[in-house]
Amino acid sequence: MRLAATDVSYAYVRGEEVLRGVSLSLVDGEVAFVLGANGSGKTTLLQCLSGVRQPTSGVVSVDGRPLAELTPRERARWIGVVPQLHEPAFAFTVAEAVLMGRAPHLGLFARPGPGDRAIVDRALEAVGILGMKHRAYTEISGGEQQLVLIARGLAQGARCLLMDEPAAHLDPRHQHGILGVVKELATGGHSFVVTSHQPDNAFLYADSVLLLVAGTAHSYGRPAEAITETSLRAAYGMEFEIVQGQSGARAVVPHIPPASPG
Amino acid sequence: MTLRRGRRALWILIPAAAALFLVSLVVGRYGVRPIEALRALLGADGSEVLRALILRVRLPRTIAAACVGANLAVSGAVLQGLFRNPLVDGKVLGVSSGAAFGAALALSFAGGAAAVQGLSFLFAIAAVALVAWIGWRFGAAPLVLVVAGIAVSALFDALIGLIKYVADPLSRLPAITYWLLGGLSASRWETLIPVIGVTVVGLTFFLLFSWRLNLLTLSEAEAASLGLHVRPLRIVVIGAATVLIAVAVSISGMIGWIGLVVPHVARAWVGADHERLIPASAVLGAATLIGLDTIARTVLPSEIPLGILTGLIGIPAFLLLFLRLVRSRGAER
Repeated sequence: MRLAATDVSYAYVRGEEVLRGVSLSLVDGEVAFVLGANGSGKTTLLQCLSGVRQPTSGVVSVDGRPLAELTPRERARWIGVVPQLHEPAFAFTVAEAVLMGRAPHLGLFARPGPGDRAIVDRALEAVGILGMKHRAYTEISGGEQQLVLIARGLAQGARCLLMDEPAAHLDPRHQHGILGVVKELATGGHSFVVTSHQPDNAFLYADSVLLLVAGTAHSYGRPAEAITETSLRAAYGMEFEIVQGQSGARAVVPHIPPASPG
Repeated sequence: MTLRRGRRALWILIPAAAALFLVSLVVGRYGVRPIEALRALLGADGSEVLRALILRVRLPRTIAAACVGANLAVSGAVLQGLFRNPLVDGKVLGVSSGAAFGAALALSFAGGAAAVQGLSFLFAIAAVALVAWIGWRFGAAPLVLVVAGIAVSALFDALIGLIKYVADPLSRLPAITYWLLGGLSASRWETLIPVIGVTVVGLTFFLLFSWRLNLLTLSEAEAASLGLHVRPLRIVVIGAATVLIAVAVSISGMIGWIGLVVPHVARAWVGADHERLIPASAVLGAATLIGLDTIARTVLPSEIPLGILTGLIGIPAFLLLFLRLVRSRGAER
């Protein structure tokens, strides 16, 4: 499937657009990163892509069909959302949490059956945590919770998953663990839109990068094209240097002016 | 820790509740031994008076206790899930205060049992309708609903105060005070039949809908991303929970704590999944109130108001549970 945003704008308050004419497109197997400072419109863009918010102008479409023409249930079968980690109120088990992803496939009074539970097992297997199935979601680590939410998106049957800052609150090993799973699932045919504050991760995992500055697309393209010292300065209002490690991986090093003596 | 526990909880709970139900029918202050009462109940022998006592007084009262207990516990479980807050029950939506105002109003005009029941039901619904209306206008977010509920409760509490203040202190005020303490001694078939009907319909709805209730414990955006129409669903579920509480309170008066404590015990037993939590809460709530009401009408020469008894037992239970919750949460950080 192709998920495409064309010229999308969004205003919470009339006349004050937080997104202005943003376009983005990805097909199966691709990972798109959305970078930008706090308040640059990353989360709003994700909500427009998931259909939870209707763009004030512009169109989001799935295989050419505008999202607005789909029912919420149809939408949820194409596009899954992996929200930021938050404290759940109740101790659902991992399997129960992933099973919630079956909602768009079940009628109002229907209960999930053995078929749905088998799908849950496959989703947990795909992210490598089938062994935690009966653990309480509240008792596992942040990285594991993130994997549960990805598995929920897979159980949902969504081809495209939208992830809001999956690396936030996670140590480097877990960040790369999650993003490695993302990359692997993308190889298997899923597509991902990932918001992030880490350009380094975009270099490592993204097929395309959209860099938002105050709600507009400052640059959009392959990571090396979209993330430059110039675009980073525009995005974050400070100087960066882009360096290349011995493995060939690029990384962003902030340029901190030395403290003036005295 | 794995959470596979509790799959068989209902196999323990249902027979236990049924046994309590039977015990409640055969014990009482009427001076016969339980075994005689049991034989009379089965029609083996015994006096007509005894049969009439059991079928016309104890049976409706025990069924009333079961309905009230199940309704309060199930709606408590549902509302706690919906508000993502384990400390919520029907009180936060203004149901109790609305019902109490309706009953006080009817009693201040010396209305009969039907008037008390009818008005308390109507005002319970009216209170929540007001809360839901305010909530809907501001996005039906849990915080808005809770604040609106507290405000509406306070309003009705003030009106109850006003009625008590102007009520005739010799004839009307005691009736109002007694009703507010809660109790099931006035249970009769005539007033109970509609209650049973509403209870069966309401509980069936929540049993059928139980899996979806899991989804309503998610944030609005998260639930919407799973294809749910969150706001209408919240309002329907709040409406159904309200009807269950209102119909319960209309025959029982103020009975606190059941709606708060029972769901916690049930959750600790069967886990958070509403597919098991709803039936477990229903049976545990019914059993708890049957048990408490049996104690209320048997241990002392005169009846203990049920609202007082549930408070005396409920408050320590609540404190224990709360402290356990705090300790287990503390251990996670």
